[in-house]
Amino acid sequence: MAYVPIADQAQELHDPHSFITKYVWSQDHKVIAIQYGGTAIMVGLVALCLSVAMRLQLGFPDSFSLIDPSSYYQAVTMHGMIMVVYLLTALFLGGFGNYLIPLMCGTRDMVFPFLNMLSFWVYLLSVLILLSSFFVTGGPTGAGWTLYPPQAITGGTPGSDGGIFLMLVSLGVFIIAFTMGGLNYVTTIFQARAKGMTMMRLPLSVWGILVATVLGLFAFPALLVSAIMMTFDLKLGTSFFMPAIMAAGEQLDYNGGSPILFQHLFWFFGHPEVYIVALPAFGLVSDVLSTHARKNIFGYRMMVWAIVAIGGLSFIVWAHHMYVSGMNPYFGFFFATTTLIIAVPTALKVYNWVLTLWEGDIRLNTPMLFAIGFIFTFIHGGLTGLFLGNVVIDLPLSDTYFVVAHFHMVMGVSPVLVVFAALYHWYPKITGKMMNETLGKLHFWCTFLGTYAIYLPMHYLGFLGVPRRYYAIGSTDFIPASAQTLNENITIAAIFVALAQILFFINVFWSLRSGKPAGGNPWGATTLEWQTPDTPPKHGNWGEKLPVVHRWAYDYSVPGYKDDFIPQTVAGDFGVSDDHDSKES
Amino acid sequence: MSIYKELSSKPWEYRAPTEGTALESAFDLAPEKVALRLFMVVAGVIFSLVGVTYYVRLDLGDWVPLSDPGLLWWNTGLLVVGSVCLQISRNAAFADNRAKARSMFILSGLFSAAFVTGQWFVWQQLTAAGLGVNTNPASAFFFLLTGLHLVHVLGGLWVWSKTAFRLLGKADLATVKLSIELCTSYWHFLLVLWVLLFAALANT
Repeated sequence: MAYVPIADQAQELHDPHSFITKYVWSQDHKVIAIQYGGTAIMVGLVALCLSVAMRLQLGFPDSFSLIDPSSYYQAVTMHGMIMVVYLLTALFLGGFGNYLIPLMCGTRDMVFPFLNMLSFWVYLLSVLILLSSFFVTGGPTGAGWTLYPPQAITGGTPGSDGGIFLMLVSLGVFIIAFTMGGLNYVTTIFQARAKGMTMMRLPLSVWGILVATVLGLFAFPALLVSAIMMTFDLKLGTSFFMPAIMAAGEQLDYNGGSPILFQHLFWFFGHPEVYIVALPAFGLVSDVLSTHARKNIFGYRMMVWAIVAIGGLSFIVWAHHMYVSGMNPYFGFFFATTTLIIAVPTALKVYNWVLTLWEGDIRLNTPMLFAIGFIFTFIHGGLTGLFLGNVVIDLPLSDTYFVVAHFHMVMGVSPVLVVFAALYHWYPKITGKMMNETLGKLHFWCTFLGTYAIYLPMHYLGFLGVPRRYYAIGSTDFIPASAQTLNENITIAAIFVALAQILFFINVFWSLRSGKPAGGNPWGATTLEWQTPDTPPKHGNWGEKLPVVHRWAYDYSVPGYKDDFIPQTVAGDFGVSDDHDSKES
Repeated sequence: MSIYKELSSKPWEYRAPTEGTALESAFDLAPEKVALRLFMVVAGVIFSLVGVTYYVRLDLGDWVPLSDPGLLWWNTGLLVVGSVCLQISRNAAFADNRAKARSMFILSGLFSAAFVTGQWFVWQQLTAAGLGVNTNPASAFFFLLTGLHLVHVLGGLWVWSKTAFRLLGKADLATVKLSIELCTSYWHFLLVLWVLLFAALANT
C-alpha cells in the first residue's frame, strides 16, 4: 500500500475556529510545543528556586533559617526529579520535538493530533500532581531523586506518606503522557515526511529526537514498573523491594524484598534517561553549529550512526551507577567496559562538532555562543565521566561533590546551554521577531562563566571527600575549613547565575513586543522549517502545497552557488555531489 | 524500508526526487499500524521487566508457590475464543461481509468482557482462600501481573467499544476496517502475553 502523505489530506487538519481550540485545547503541534515548553520552563523555575535555597544553606549554614534538614532533603529530591524528568525530558521532546518534527519533516502536523493534545494535558496533570505534594501533610518526598527503598517509604524520611505516593503517581501519569507523545513522534518521523525527505536527509535534530524518543519508550517502562511495585509496597503492604526492617524501634511488616532490585530497575531507566536528554541536545546543537559556522556538519553519516550507537549502548551501562552497592567485581568490570565503549561514539560527535567549526565562516551570535559553550561544558563533564566510569576511581569519589559536579556539567549545564542555543536560534521562527543580541550575549557570558564558577570548585570539594546530600558538613578532620569558603563562593555564583536568567526572560518578552522583524529565514538556514510561506508558520505549516525535498540538510557555502546556503527545497545539482563525495571518500 | 541501506546512503549526493506518491524510506504501513506495533513493543518491555523481577524475587528464599485456580484455564479459553472471533471478523471485513464482521466483532468483545469478569472471580477466590496481595511474594506477583494484563485488556475493550458503536451504527465497513484490523492484532498480542504470563505463574 502506497502511503499517502498526511499533509495532503486536507480534511485531517482540524482547523481551529475559536480561541479555546486555537490556544487551549489546540491540536496544532506548534501550540502544543509552546504549551509543553512553557509548562516545563515554569516547573523548572520552581526547581531553580529550590537549588538556590539549598545553596544558601550550604554556603551560609548559620545565617539563614530558610530550610531545616527535612526540607533540605525535600528540596534536593524535587530539584533533581523536576530538572531531569519534568523540565529537560518534557522540554526537549514535548517542546522542541513537537515544534520541529513536523516542520523539519515537511508535514502539516503530527500523525495523531488529538493524541498529541492529550499528551500535553496529561503531562500538565502529572506536573500538578507533583507540585501538589508541596501542600500535603509532611510535604514532598525527601528520598532523593533516585527514590531508593527502603528509606523512601519508611517513616522518618520526609514525605514518606503523601509525598512519596504523589511522586510515584505523578511519575506514572508522566510516563503515560510521554508514551502518547512518543508514539506520535516516532510514527510521524517514519511515516509522514515530505516527498524526497529520506531518513538520511533529516536534520540531526530530528535524528536526536527520534532516537531519544525510542529510548524513552523502552526505558520509561522500567520507571513505571518500579513506581507501580513501590506503590504496592507502600499502600498494599507487599514486599517487592522492602526487606525485613526495623523502624523507630518497631519491626515493620515487610519481609524478603530486594532494595537492590529497585536500584537495577531504576537505573535501567536512569541511564538511558541521560541520553534521552543528551541526544536531542546533540542533534539541536549540531544544526545550530552547522548553520552559524556556514559549513556542512562534519561526518553526517557518522553523526547519525553515533546517535544510534549511543542509544543502543545506553541500555547496557546502567550498573555503573551502582558500583558501591556491593556488586560482583566481574559485573562491575563489565559495566566499566561498556561505559568506556560508549565514550567512543560520544567522543566522535565532539570531534565532529569541532571539525565543523574548523575553517568555518563562524558567526558568533547568541545561539552560536551557547552552542560553542556547550562543547566546552560537555567535554568537561564527559571527561570526569571517564573517571567515574572506572570502578577503582569511582569508589573513593562515590557520593561526593565530584559526582555532583560531573553530572551537573554533563547533563545539567550542557543540555541547558543547548536549550538556550535552540531557543535563541528558533525564536525568530516561533515568534517572527529577532531577540536582542546584546542581552543575549550578556545572558550567555553570565551563564557560561557563572556555571563554571559553580561547578569547577565542586570537583575539588569532591576530591577532599566532601559528601553530597548533607544538610551541614559540621566539623571533620578530613575537610579543611577552606572548603566552607569555597562553598560560600559557589553559593554566590549560583545566585548570580540564577538571577542572570532574568535577562533571558526580559529578552523573550521584550523581543516579542519590540524585537526586529525576523523574516522567514534570518540565519540563512537550509532546513525546511525556515522555508515556510509564513513566519510564524500558520496552522498546516505549508499553505497549499507541501514542500518537496531535493537535497540533504547541510548544503552550506557550496562553491559556485549564489548564496552560502541551499535550502532543502531547491532543485538542481550545482556540482555539489562531486565535491562532497571526493572529500568523504 | 531497509534500515541498512538507509543508514549507508550518501545524502550529500544530489538525487532527483523519485516519481509517484509513495513516501521514500517509510514502512509500507498505515501510521496507526506502526504506532500500534510500537505500543505493543512498549507493553512487551513492561511485562518483560516485571517478568525479570518475578524471577529474581523467586530466588530470594521466601517464595511459597501458589496453586493456581482452575478457573484460569477457563479464562484462557475465553481469551482464545475472543481472539479467534476477531480474526474471523477481520477476515469477513476484508471479504466485505459486514454482517459477519459485525457479529464476530461484538462476540469477541463479549468473550473478552467475560475474561475480565473471570479474572475478577479468580481474585475473589484467592482472597477468600486467605491469599491477599500482601500475603506472600507469589500472591503479590500474581495480583500484579494479572492486574497489569487486565489493565491492557480494559484499554483494548475501550477501543473495541468505540469501533463496536460505529459498527452497530451505519458506519461504512471501509471506514472501520482498519480499526477491526488493529483490534485483531492487539487481541492476539494480549493472548500471547497472557499465555506467557500464565506459564510463568503456573511454573514455580
